[in-house]
Amino acid sequence: MKSGTWFKLYIGVFLIFLYAPALLLPVFAFNDSSIVSFPLKGFTLNWFNVLWETEALHTATKNSLLIAVSTAIIATSLGILAARASSRYKFRGQKAVMGFIMVPLVLPEIIVGVSLLVVILQMGFDLSLWTIVLGHVLICTPFCVAILSSAFLSLDQSLEEASFDLGRSKLATFWLVTMPLVLPGVVSAMLISFTISLDEFIIAFFLAGTEPTLPVYIWGQLRFPQKLPSLMALGTILLILSLTLLATAEYFRRRSARKTGIEDAGGFL
Amino acid sequence: MTDPIIRLSGIDKFYGDFQALYNVNAEIRTGEFFSLLGPSGCGKTTLLRTIAGFEDVSAGHVEIAGQSMDNVPANRRPTNMVFQSYAIFPHMSVAENVAYGLKARKMPKEQIKTAVEAALKQVGLAGYGDRASHAMSGGQRQRVALARALVLKPKVLLLDEPLSALDKKMREQMQSELRHLQRAVGITFILVTHDQEEALTMSDRIAVMFEGRIGQLASPQELYRRPVNREVAEFIGVMNFLNVSVTNGAGGTFDCEIAGLGKATIPAEQAPGGVDASVTAGVRPEMLTILSDENSRSEREASGIVQDVYYYGDMTYYDVQLDGVDHPVTISMRNTAGRTVLSRKDRARVGWGAESVLLLK
Repeated sequence: MKSGTWFKLYIGVFLIFLYAPALLLPVFAFNDSSIVSFPLKGFTLNWFNVLWETEALHTATKNSLLIAVSTAIIATSLGILAARASSRYKFRGQKAVMGFIMVPLVLPEIIVGVSLLVVILQMGFDLSLWTIVLGHVLICTPFCVAILSSAFLSLDQSLEEASFDLGRSKLATFWLVTMPLVLPGVVSAMLISFTISLDEFIIAFFLAGTEPTLPVYIWGQLRFPQKLPSLMALGTILLILSLTLLATAEYFRRRSARKTGIEDAGGFL
Repeated sequence: MTDPIIRLSGIDKFYGDFQALYNVNAEIRTGEFFSLLGPSGCGKTTLLRTIAGFEDVSAGHVEIAGQSMDNVPANRRPTNMVFQSYAIFPHMSVAENVAYGLKARKMPKEQIKTAVEAALKQVGLAGYGDRASHAMSGGQRQRVALARALVLKPKVLLLDEPLSALDKKMREQMQSELRHLQRAVGITFILVTHDQEEALTMSDRIAVMFEGRIGQLASPQELYRRPVNREVAEFIGVMNFLNVSVTNGAGGTFDCEIAGLGKATIPAEQAPGGVDASVTAGVRPEMLTILSDENSRSEREASGIVQDVYYYGDMTYYDVQLDGVDHPVTISMRNTAGRTVLSRKDRARVGWGAESVLLLK
């Protein structure tokens, strides 16, 4: 056998392990049986109806969406500030500061979760959705900085100088020239923060007060075997939603890159 | 004589420990085409950016049209810049690019439209307003950049190596267009370039810079004919250098013995930097003549062996090793009708005159 054949086989096996479990979600979501196992029993939409009628699930979803949107906005805003500063200016301690911003990327989430919990309680704050947002901003900001840094670095600095030279203020330059040109990077950063926050479990688990997020709710339901098929249905919805979201974002990113004729400005796909 | 439009006095610029500009003093006249010429890293772009307001000065003052520019940021200076990369906003159309500065001035829409159209026409881009700027060629982007700056009617237009990204043919065309445009609008242009030919053909006056200092500030002719030192002479055109010993420096002339050529008496004006032990004789290639025919004569004659011949059609360049000199000198000859072209290893009679020799430190 040629080595190329082995390589293709390896890729095939790799992809199956990666994606086959996810493909089982929709299969069992439509299976007319409360036991998740083969052989399949028949087609049903019952599990989706169960989702529709579960009040607690709706609350958890709303919580998660609120947290994810807030996290995306805050983390991306912080990322814009940090990425612009590091790509445009040289300042004392720059490397150390940027390093510390990036550390949560490799810090175990359980450590982040526990330490934040201790600090927040010591400071006398109550746990709420906002404490979760705080934790999520911490872990999402490094991703935003990484994406936006490449967007800012690929931006020709003389464009900003030209705008300033033509009589605009620095602030107007930022909104009229810088932002439109790094927008694809901004959208990417928001999207990835949203996605990370939406399915983050450990930090949310530690920092959630009485209001659970969607992953925390799902984890709680896993104790009841009869709930499993409806969780499969929920997973199916989430899978379709996130794929649609990613595809849409990528479409807009490519379109804007084509329209402005600039090189890849920090997309992540 | 009108007042200078720009007065630079005692400008120093430091980047940390590195000094980019050393006590630069210059006056740029109203309406002239001025060039900053020098090798890369000589500080010419830094000086231009200092005038534009993108760089602070570490010491000294920039004055534009009689106004001190201390603490005046780039967006409030009466200068506009054409960047080396052109810096055309890729997310705007050609017309939006040109209108950008006018909108900042809150000009009424109708007036902006008229001004933009006039500016595009001026640079030969009439009717291109609706085009996407990223779809324009290099030469066209350059014109957009020019229109975008000129539409604001600045007192001084700053051009940072605007032609370096263009191919040779396009560059030559833009050189003459820029010159015509400058005459038409009557605005002072300051061009940064490392191309001495470009500077010579386009400028009214040139400042030649080396390592953060202005070596000489003069008209193109003066720079070429009367460079003040060896460094300038070497940078502008081709200059042959020969050892020289000065035997007598009295009475406004210098009696010299030039290696390979012979004795000459040289007036003091041909020694612009004065004379000391380090002085060398400089001769331009066209100031030496190959006496290729039996009966051609010159005031003074020297002799040498032809080392190499470069035939260009209209011109021939010879590398001739003069007797008693260890390196060849370059001599250029126009190939007029009937003039013989010598070959390698031929013995050549070289004609010269005392008026063609400079004494340079």
